[in-house]
This record gives sequence, C-alpha cells and structure tokens, in this order.
Amino acid sequence: MPSKESTRANTSAKTSANRFVFQASLPVMFGYIPLGMAFGVLFSDLGYHWFFATLMGLFIFAGAGQFLAVGLLANSAGLTEMFITTFLLNSRHMFYGISLVGKIPNKGVKRVYQIFGLTDETYSLLTSTRLPKWVDPAEFQFKVTLFNQIYWVIGCTLGAWLGGQITFSTAGIEFVLPALFMALAIEQYKNLNKPAPFILALAIGVLTLLFISRDQMLLISILLSMSVLLMIHAGKRWNPQATSSPSSPS
Amino acid sequence: MESAGYLFTVIAVMTAATFLTRVLPFVLLYKVADHHILVFLGKYLPPVMMVLLVVYTFKNEDLASTGFLPELGCLALTAALHLLFKHPLVSILGGTGAYMALVQMGMS
Repeated sequence: MPSKESTRANTSAKTSANRFVFQASLPVMFGYIPLGMAFGVLFSDLGYHWFFATLMGLFIFAGAGQFLAVGLLANSAGLTEMFITTFLLNSRHMFYGISLVGKIPNKGVKRVYQIFGLTDETYSLLTSTRLPKWVDPAEFQFKVTLFNQIYWVIGCTLGAWLGGQITFSTAGIEFVLPALFMALAIEQYKNLNKPAPFILALAIGVLTLLFISRDQMLLISILLSMSVLLMIHAGKRWNPQATSSPSSPS
Repeated sequence: MESAGYLFTVIAVMTAATFLTRVLPFVLLYKVADHHILVFLGKYLPPVMMVLLVVYTFKNEDLASTGFLPELGCLALTAALHLLFKHPLVSILGGTGAYMALVQMGMS
C-alpha cells in the first residue's frame, strides 16, 4: 500500500506533468479555439443545431476536414464523394503515422485514441517537445492529444453556439499555427543539429508552391521530400563508406 | 438543410475516412516498426514536415507580388524571438500579435 507521502508526491508530480502539458499545448489552444470557432460560425449558417458542431469536433477532429464538410453539406453531397474527398484531404496524416510507428508507448484504448487524434499540431508537439526527466513520455503523448482535442471541441461548440453574434475582430489570429510550426521547426533543428533535411524541405516546399500546385502543396511536397529522403537512404546503404563509423579515416 | 439522420451518417462517414488516414500506417507497418527505412524516416520526416507546414502558410499568397511579405516578416520575427528568448510562448504570441496588428491595420 502506498504511503501518504508517496501518494502526495505522486499527485504533485501529476499536477506538474499536467502543467507541463498545458504549457506545451498553449499555442495550440490559441490556434484551435479561434479556428474551431470559425468552423462553428460557418457551420451555424447551415441551420443545424449547434450540438452537431460539437459532435464533429469530437468524432471527425480534423480542421480542414470539417471546413470541407460545411461545403459538402451545403451542396448535399453524396456519401461516397464525402468519404473519398475527406480521405484524400487528410491523406497527409499517413506520413505522420509512418514516422511514429513504434514510438507510441501507450497500449489499448489510449493508443487508439492517440492515433485517432493525430492532427498536424499534435504530431508537431509530439515530435518536437523535449521532455524533462520527470515527465513520462507515454503520459505526455496521451495528454497532449487530449488537451488539444478539448481546445478544438470548445472552439467548435462556442462558434456554432454563438454563431453570428461574435463581433470582436480576431482577424489574423490563425497565424498562431504557422508561428507554432516555425518555433517547433527551430526546436527540431536544435534536436537534430543537421541543416540538410531543413534545406531540402524548404526547397521542395517553395518549388512545389511556385511551380506545381498551391492547393495540393502539402501532399505533393511531402511525397517529393519522402522520395528524396528514401533515395538518400538507399544511396547511403549501397555505399557503406558514407555511413562508416566516425573512427574510420574519412 | 437535410435531416438529422443524414447529418449523423455524414459525421460517421467523415470520421471513418479521417481515422483511416491516421490508423493505416500503424496497422500496415506495425510488424516492421524497427525496419531501417522506418527508423530513418522516423528521424528525418518530422523536421521535413515542420518546414513544409511553415511553407504551407504561403499557399494563399501570390509569391510573384509582395503579398507574402507580412507572413514572411512575421515568421522571421517569430524565429528571431524564439532564438532570443528561447520560450515558445514569447515567440509564437509575439509573431501572431504582430501579424494580427498588420492584418487589422489593413496591410495584409
């Protein structure tokens, strides 16, 4: 049986772990609540009960996907069309999974929930945040996912509930998400300490945007970057000298 | 406006489609999680993704005109604040605040 002290120590460790997760996810909160509200306001124009916006935040939990849903609902689109467009729109998520397979320590319901809740922002926090020793990685991963979804559901609900009554100007607040990705990219650089993947992604991203497609920029540039990464990897393996140990003469 | 039943079905269909995109790699690649290709991608894909998500900011901007300058400037400000203060809230809120000010003054 745990002593009172150890229970208390456990509780306070939990509280400070929660505080750490909250602080790490705060930028996502500043992004998700206004963005969720923007979705909710659009959704409320369709005339449905606000509770459906809450349900969509709870179950679909995908920003771009839910904005798409408003458009599809307005056109009373067919279910097959909805399935295919949603799947294609969100297909970039597959690449998040590819780099996280084997890196989710949680099992069972928590694991399924974490996979269900793997948004751009959750993925970014999971792969970029350096954890202090006293924060359990499994607990951190699960709670970041949960906290982020709570922010999103609050935003969707508030937006649909208040609808057109919102009058204060939040124009430009959506920039909080690019700013988050910028800060996390720097954190990634500090962790990795190699400029190559960053330069590669910057070049491919900008070239895709300029010469290939704006609408499909993310998916196309992910596919291109991954192809280049795989070629580099294959090249290194074919030429063992490139990956030889540091002690060998170079 | 369609019936509530239609809406429930739509939510179910979109939930399934979204979840499928997230769960597929875990189902298909679970057994080969420590394969060298996945270990390599696990290391280098996150930084690539983060940079691409940053570049994605410009998807609605005409890169031939100067319309992208506010975004670029505020991203640079975010980066500078981040390197200077080493605190994500300072950099993210600083960059966003600057962008909101620009937008609301009608400069973007």
